[in-house]
Amino acid sequence: MSLWEYANPQKFMRLSGILLPWVWTGAMAALSLGLIWGFFFTPDDFRMGSTVKIIYVHVPAALMAINAWLMMLLASLIWLVRRHHVSALAAKAAAPIGLAMTVIALATGAIWGKPMWGAYWAWDPRLTSFLILFVFYLGYIALWQAIDDKDLAADLTSILCLVGSVFALLSRYAVQFWSQGLHQGATFSVDAEENIADVFWLPAVISMAGFVLLFVALVLVNTRSEVQLRRLVALKRWDRIAEEAA
Amino acid sequence: MKALFWRDMRLALRSGGGFGLGLAFYFMLALLFPFAVGSDPEVLRRVGPGVLWVGALLSTLLTLDRLFALDNEDGALDMLLTAPIPTEGLVLAKASAHWVTNGLPLCLLGPTLGLFFQIPLALSGWLLAALLIGTPALSMIGAFGASLTLSVKRGGLLLMLLVLPLYLPTLIFGAEVVRRASEGAAIGPALALLSGVSLAVWAVMPFVTASVLRASAK
Repeated sequence: MSLWEYANPQKFMRLSGILLPWVWTGAMAALSLGLIWGFFFTPDDFRMGSTVKIIYVHVPAALMAINAWLMMLLASLIWLVRRHHVSALAAKAAAPIGLAMTVIALATGAIWGKPMWGAYWAWDPRLTSFLILFVFYLGYIALWQAIDDKDLAADLTSILCLVGSVFALLSRYAVQFWSQGLHQGATFSVDAEENIADVFWLPAVISMAGFVLLFVALVLVNTRSEVQLRRLVALKRWDRIAEEAA
Repeated sequence: MKALFWRDMRLALRSGGGFGLGLAFYFMLALLFPFAVGSDPEVLRRVGPGVLWVGALLSTLLTLDRLFALDNEDGALDMLLTAPIPTEGLVLAKASAHWVTNGLPLCLLGPTLGLFFQIPLALSGWLLAALLIGTPALSMIGAFGASLTLSVKRGGLLLMLLVLPLYLPTLIFGAEVVRRASEGAAIGPALALLSGVSLAVWAVMPFVTASVLRASAK
């Protein structure tokens, strides 16, 4: 019994089918608890007022935007090394979700930035890095869409994901070299609660957990539909061959 | 490899090879900009190096799609892939030929176009140096992008979306060299980082591009 057994699409479909309702329930429960608690039952910040509440969406979305790319990187590596189709499909499935998370992080950041910094956008290293991440997602998704041969598309997008990771990281440091920023440093850490008061920390961590579960649920749904799509295509091809034979 | 390099050079220089089109585009871009932002020398001097860098990126992009595509269409690429030279060598030869026919003329034209932007001669020297160090990286990264879009029909626009994000570090460090030089700040770090990017790209990317070519040829 090893983890690699679930590279078998049949086993993956069975397990993910069982897990999916639970993940959805967990995601919805954590999201509603974290967000409602955060939005309505936490005090306002003494400097930022009630605008601080956008943090319960902004930070988890930003976290998932990066983690989605890391997941794609891992799945791409698994595809290149072990050639498990489910892995390639999972990477493909995660990309639009990561893109959406990036857009949410950028949009909520802009909404938050206007009252706090007086501008929707500033060429701050963190903001700029996210914008760069956004274009990397776009390129990755576009390449998947453009190539007809499925295995070749998986190969090339995996290589692009690896190369893109290196360049995205390089761009991040290049951007820091290029400009100093407005954005505050990381105040969050899941294991220590140094920089942030208890009342804010707990709901924020719960909504982060909610975003993680939501991401897992969405990736599972997307991967399952990709697997089913492949099955359909295979069935259709088989159908046509049978027809021609008859 | 040497033969391949000279073959690519000859093909690029002949009519229909697109040689000079990238340059003409670069020239046009530099010509259009003062019309758009006004002829105030102060403004031109500030945006000039950046415009010339972005122009170099875009005109490099213009000639990339023919890097492998033409050889792929007439089957020459398959012959080259089965030829007794390493695929990495093929990539090196093609990227070098692309740089010599495209990047090098851009570098030489850059400081001349700097005159349009009132860039002083001393600064033009740094612009030339930064372009000379940075443009080889553009050709090599571009070869990677060109190999990715090889199996895509009419991949020109997709190429843009794939390659431009990868150009960001080169652009940032390259433009930073000129900006720091114009402000009298220390340019050592920017120059070192730009060279680092270029060297790393030339050391690693041939292997990556070769693996893409082999995967596409299967």
